[in-house]
Parts: sequence; C-alpha cells; structure tokens
Amino acid sequence: MDQASRGSNRDLSRLEASQILAHQFDDLAQQKEASNLGTWAFLATELMFFGGALTAFVVYRTFYADAFAQASREHMSIPLGTINTAVLLCSSLTVAMGVHYASHGQQRKLIFMLLATIGLALAFLCIKATEYYIEYSHQLVPGLNFHYPPHHHAHPERLTASPPHVELFFCFYFFLTGLHALHMIVGVGIFSFITWKAWRGKYSEQYYNPVECSGLYWHFVDLVWIFLFPLLYLLH
Amino acid sequence: MSTPPHITKTTYFKVFAALMALLVITVIATFIPWGSRIGIVIAMTIAIVKATLVVLYFMHIKGSSGLTKVFVVAGLAWLAILMGITLADYHTRPWLSGNPPMTIGPQER
Repeated sequence: MDQASRGSNRDLSRLEASQILAHQFDDLAQQKEASNLGTWAFLATELMFFGGALTAFVVYRTFYADAFAQASREHMSIPLGTINTAVLLCSSLTVAMGVHYASHGQQRKLIFMLLATIGLALAFLCIKATEYYIEYSHQLVPGLNFHYPPHHHAHPERLTASPPHVELFFCFYFFLTGLHALHMIVGVGIFSFITWKAWRGKYSEQYYNPVECSGLYWHFVDLVWIFLFPLLYLLH
Repeated sequence: MSTPPHITKTTYFKVFAALMALLVITVIATFIPWGSRIGIVIAMTIAIVKATLVVLYFMHIKGSSGLTKVFVVAGLAWLAILMGITLADYHTRPWLSGNPPMTIGPQER
C-alpha cells in the first residue's frame, strides 16, 4: 500500500512535470471528468440556444402548417439535404474514430481522422452554399430578393400559400441553417487547431481531453442537424 | 478514466450503419402518403432514435459518470420545459379568447 502510494506520487510529479496535469487537479481522471462535465454544461447552454429558435419554428409550423409544408415541399431539395445529412453522419464517425485512436495513442491515425472530419465539414458547407445559391436564384431569400411566387417555378398553380407565411418559413430556414453552418465553421477552426496540436505530438493515451471535448461539440452540431433535416426538409 | 472499454471500433461502425439506415428510412417515409400527423410522428421518432444513438455511443454517455448523465438530463429537461410550456401557451390561447390561433404573427396581405 505504502509502496503503491509512493509509486503514484512519483507518477503524479512526472505528469506535472510533463505539463499534461493542470495543478488544480488531483489526477488525470479528475481532470478528464472536469473537462467533460464543462463541455456538457456548455452543450446544455447550446441546447437552449438552438431550442429557443426551434420552439419558435415549431409554434409557427403548427400555426401555418399548410404554408410551411408547401414551402418545404416545393422549394427544399431532399436529395441535397439527404446527402448533407449523410456527409455529417460520416464526419461524426470520423470524429468518434479520431477520439478512439487518440485514446490508444495512435497519432498518425488520429491526424488522418481529424483531416477527414475537416474535409467532410467543408463538403457539407459547400453543399449548403449551393443550396443557398439555388434559393437565392429562385428569389426565396427574405430581405434580399424575396418574391413570391417566384417567376420561374415549374408549377406556379401549386403555390397557393400566403406569401408572408412562406417568407416566414424562409426566415426560419436561413436563421436555423445559418446558425448551424456558423457552428460548423467554428468546428472547422477548432479541428484545425486540434490537428496542429496532434501533429506536434501534444496528445497521448494519458492526455487527449481537447480531442474528446471538441469531438463532443462536433457530435452536438450533428445532433442539431439530425433535427433540422426532418423539420425543414421532410415535413410535408 | 479512458474511453469506456465496451465502446469498440465495431460498435462505432454498427452505430454509424444504424444512423445511415435510419436516414434512408426517414427519407423514404416522406414519400409515403400517411397523412401529415403520422408523417410527423414517424420523422420525429426516427430523429429522436438517431439522436439517442449519437448521445449514447458517439458521445460516450453509455458508461459515463452519473454526474455527466445528470448534466445531459438537466439540459433535456429544460428544453422540454421551454418547448412544452411555450406550445401549451400558444395553443390554449384560443380557448379563452375564442379567436383562432393564427391571430399572432404576419397576417394575410
């Protein structure tokens, strides 16, 4: 017992010397638990942030059900939305694998997974930008060029909903997806930083909290999209 | 405390396969004319199942400490309060006023 505690004390001072254990923590397990809890507390505030906007959307979705259903049916691209959901789910897998490799001290594979995640995130943003461009060219952007019904819709006779209600749908659409895209851009920045740190060999089996916490953030961004996709694209 | 030992690479791939399958199912379900209420219930149920898989396995809540679980449940509880009470408010107003619920927000021009 005595010998064991002397041994762990020696480990502790070695860890502190290597600067992976911040001085306010007793050991690495406590430090990891604290950083995870802190991230979850942050994600809970993010949940309320997106939750407020989603609640407002759901209220209007039930009030103006027909207009919102028409806007979604006639103007949202299910193929692009589905591809984007698949891209984001793939990026969640690469993040999960990255954290797995980080926890096993496999640096090279970790860096590969981080780069794959950044690539998938950029692919998502490109597809989203394409959608925004299509919506802009169809005169569907409130505040910029909203004109309803649009001049060149294939079936103008199907566009019977009240234009202000459709405009409200697009206000929510651009706000919710824009806020989500902003989180993705921040995520790309975070993962670029993590990749740089991993490349410099800062993470090991004992210490990879930043990888895990940024992974949690990324999974949360994925979660938001899991709900945005059916709400905006699929509910006809 | 490292990654919970029961979450292996195989588990991640299984969860990923399940998420992709659910994505395909939810898109196909959109094209089946259920009637709008059933369609909404199906789409949101699938979304909740997908979210649960991500939280439990990708975010390691399965096998995490009790305190972390409390944080997750607290976040969800407050979201439920936010959504539940807001929706209850707007959808019960016509009971008192006798007006239809569409009397807030932009009107027909």
